Amino acid sequence: MRKVEVRELGRLSYADACALQAALSGERKQGLIPDQLLLVEHPHVLTLGRNGHKENVLLSAERLAELGIEFFESNRGGDITYHGPGQIVGYPIIDLREWKRDVVAYVRGIEEVVIGTLHRFGIEGSRDPGATGVWTPQGKICAIGVHISRWVSTHGFALNWTTDLDYFRHIVPCGLARPVTSMEQLGVRVERAAVHQALVEEFARVFNYELAPVCA
Amino acid sequence: MSDVVMPQMGESIVEGTLTKWLKKVGDKVERDEPLFEISTDKVDTEIPSPVAGTLTEILVQEGAVVAINTVVARVGDGAAAPAPAPVVEAAPPAAAPAAPPAEPAAVAPPPAPVVEPTPAAAAVVVEEDDASSPVSPLVRRMARENNVDLKLVRGTGAGNRITKQDVESFLAAKQSPAPAAAPAAAAPTTAAPPAAPAAAASGPLPRVEPAKVRVEPMSMMRQKIAEHMVHSKQTSAHVTTVHRVDMTKIAKVRAKVKEEFQQRYGYGLTFLPFIARAVAEALRTYPVFNSSIEGTNILYHSDINIGIAVALENGLIVPVIHQADEKNVVGLQRSIVDLAARARAKQLKPNEVQGGTFSITNFGSFGSLFATPVINQPQVAILGVGAVEKMPVVIDDAIAIRSMAHLALTFDHRLIDGALADQFCQKVKAALENWSDQIL
Repeated sequence: MRKVEVRELGRLSYADACALQAALSGERKQGLIPDQLLLVEHPHVLTLGRNGHKENVLLSAERLAELGIEFFESNRGGDITYHGPGQIVGYPIIDLREWKRDVVAYVRGIEEVVIGTLHRFGIEGSRDPGATGVWTPQGKICAIGVHISRWVSTHGFALNWTTDLDYFRHIVPCGLARPVTSMEQLGVRVERAAVHQALVEEFARVFNYELAPVCA
Repeated sequence: MSDVVMPQMGESIVEGTLTKWLKKVGDKVERDEPLFEISTDKVDTEIPSPVAGTLTEILVQEGAVVAINTVVARVGDGAAAPAPAPVVEAAPPAAAPAAPPAEPAAVAPPPAPVVEPTPAAAAVVVEEDDASSPVSPLVRRMARENNVDLKLVRGTGAGNRITKQDVESFLAAKQSPAPAAAPAAAAPTTAAPPAAPAAAASGPLPRVEPAKVRVEPMSMMRQKIAEHMVHSKQTSAHVTTVHRVDMTKIAKVRAKVKEEFQQRYGYGLTFLPFIARAVAEALRTYPVFNSSIEGTNILYHSDINIGIAVALENGLIVPVIHQADEKNVVGLQRSIVDLAARARAKQLKPNEVQGGTFSITNFGSFGSLFATPVINQPQVAILGVGAVEKMPVVIDDAIAIRSMAHLALTFDHRLIDGALADQFCQKVKAALENWSDQIL
């Protein structure tokens, strides 16, 4: 069975998370470590994907600063998104040469992990063929943006657990003028740890892992 | 020289968008060093160079959608410019459906191992028999059917690619009675056309029908502008109202302080900062012009951030003067000069093109009297400034010579009605016509 190390890192700045991912993906490429799944929560931050459109940010730089929202341009795929407290952000760093060798299948796999997780809490998430991510009838609940270098993934998904959805008003999320939602808004009040547990188990199921001990 | 191809990134993937070149032509690359990036379905993938050398040719521009196995660049040994010789070390592209190349060492780049041939893959496979540029199956078939040696055909497509038109012109030239048609047509590119008749050297150049269409991919900026303009036209209900403004007082102020201003600040004083100043005042009075629409809500922006359109060589950009209402004419002129200079030098910082709440475009500097500008989304209005010209004007039943300009305000009729737009214009007009020459 393939191995994955899960790291639950709690609150981590976006910059630190990027640096950590860069370091881990380097080690992964050299085969020094097994696949990784980082689970974090970011302070308020807007991040713009490589092909994103800045006009999807609806506030000025000054106004963002006033609201305490950081802004980053990131090398992941996708457009603009928001991360913040109450959101569960997952960064899988996995070598896709050992799993299907297919970048789009990988994204579909991440969607399946989130759909499976939500299902455990009675939320029916689904895919939209034209818009990567996980959707519910009430709106988008999980955003996905991925970067691949030499078949090793970085960046990942952001699942709205108890996210303050008002912050999405400052952007056009992923360039799509469609609503966003959260597990809490859909009436599901569960501990963060329970969602982590479900995500990790679904992740192991979809990507065919035997779970390694949890590190922090 | 080695071809660099768009790799296979999974069975389900037949194409991707080449989003960024990480190297320029002439740059050295190491083997495995990231060379370009591909975007597919929210995944950005870095593609490393298959070999070490010098990037000699980029065949696919940023933003283009590329089918897998298409040759996107060439990496040479760095010795010389791209030679037209046929590819010697034919790399993966040639390895059509049947034969996946032996996979390089463990840390190798995505080596385009064709797992299952997909239609697109098959469609662009480059055979390694002739011409150095990739050629479409259609062109290849035309060449075969007409017995044309593609090495003799000059490619006019992107990256000197041979297009259907090139083959047609080649055939037309060949059929024309002029002597030495083929060799002459071939002369520009081929080093050694196989059968050059002796007459070629002295014979007159044959008339070769020029291709009727030249294909050139749009730059990223062009594509963005195109997208932005159409998006704006589809979003807002554009209406333009034009007011004629007497700029004589401003012209006099300018004439008076021009030299002193130039000496003291090092740049000239134009009409534009006066207009920006008047607009900032009008935006304070009519805040709806400083708003944007979100769904069924109106977002009123407390900051007045005025974008100034700057024409670039192949496009335009709208840098923003933040909190423009807090600046006087001198400060506005300084910002305009600074932003325009840095826009042309591509030195603007991201926040200097973001957050605009209203825009001004100064087409008058190119002689236009008035035009109907397109709103810069998500804003709701834009003011176009026409040329300031001396003309006869009737004042109190007498004819006077005044410096006149037309101000054209395009507004979003979803939010703003004509009467309000005209009040806004009158406010700007009044501020400009009654300028107190004491204040800069």
